[in-house]
Amino acid sequence: MQLTINGKPTETTAGSTIQNLLDQLRLDSRQVVVECNRAIVPRQRFGEEFLAEGDTLEIVHFVGGG
Amino acid sequence: MDTLTIANRTFRSRLMVGTGKFSSNAAMVAAMEGSGCEIVTVALRRVDVDNPHDSILTHIDREKYLLLPNTSGARDAEEAVRLARLARAAGCEPWVKLEVTPDPFYLLPDPIETLKAAEILVKDGFVVLPYINADPVLAKRLQEAGTATVMPLGAPIGTNKGVRTRDSIAIIIEQAIVPVVVDAGLGAPSHAAEAMEMGADAVLVNTALAVARDPGAMGQAFRKGVEAGREAYLAGLGRQQERAEASSPLTGFLHN
Repeated sequence: MQLTINGKPTETTAGSTIQNLLDQLRLDSRQVVVECNRAIVPRQRFGEEFLAEGDTLEIVHFVGGG
Repeated sequence: MDTLTIANRTFRSRLMVGTGKFSSNAAMVAAMEGSGCEIVTVALRRVDVDNPHDSILTHIDREKYLLLPNTSGARDAEEAVRLARLARAAGCEPWVKLEVTPDPFYLLPDPIETLKAAEILVKDGFVVLPYINADPVLAKRLQEAGTATVMPLGAPIGTNKGVRTRDSIAIIIEQAIVPVVVDAGLGAPSHAAEAMEMGADAVLVNTALAVARDPGAMGQAFRKGVEAGREAYLAGLGRQQERAEASSPLTGFLHN
């Protein structure tokens, strides 16, 4: 199924959770924040939130800044 | 002991450090350690999913430093609120350096959107530290809205020009009921000292440390500048005057 992640179309397996997606992308779930369709997903729900065709995700993390 | 209290937290250091633009994480950590700071700012950005690398958090000791996420990149109140909430969801304490800078050339903060975002974030339980132009009326309105500090700029971000907004900052300090943190444009320890001598409660520095040949040593230099300025403020500076006033006695000269 197709998702939009950080503005880019991305393919992932149907039936994936957010945690599955992070694993596929090799991202440490403790270091990112995820927004799905403009709603923040609490970290403890990453393993329970199933993704659906067309979902729009933002995956962000901290970088240096003033 | 002279301490700085913001919201419910007390700090020994009056120097906050930004973590942007350093040539390496080691240089950033050296600057933080040299400066003696207890508060460091960070930004939120999209992960590069094709080329993920370590989060900056792996290099910052959270026991030692309070993370102050900023809302840099926000062009209006809505984007700033969204960024603040994302930062809180990352597991940070609900502190935010509120920045709304729609102008890409001077990065000057939008006062109307900043006030709007501050009102929303204060109601939402955030400790809000707003980055503002040195506007005493805006500073007052933000304090009335419940912000934990005001952070007037000395000069535009990254310009290293020093406290160019001196007269307005003096009014903000005179009227403040919360700590005043001079942020942006401080390029040398003497600039930081100047802000502190004026009675600012703290300063925030980033570029001056990040671009230094030796960021650790520059962190130390800024620490001393901040301490010197603070001590001079507490000790009471002499007033400026036009005419000379002799320091030596005016009697007992060898003539007459």
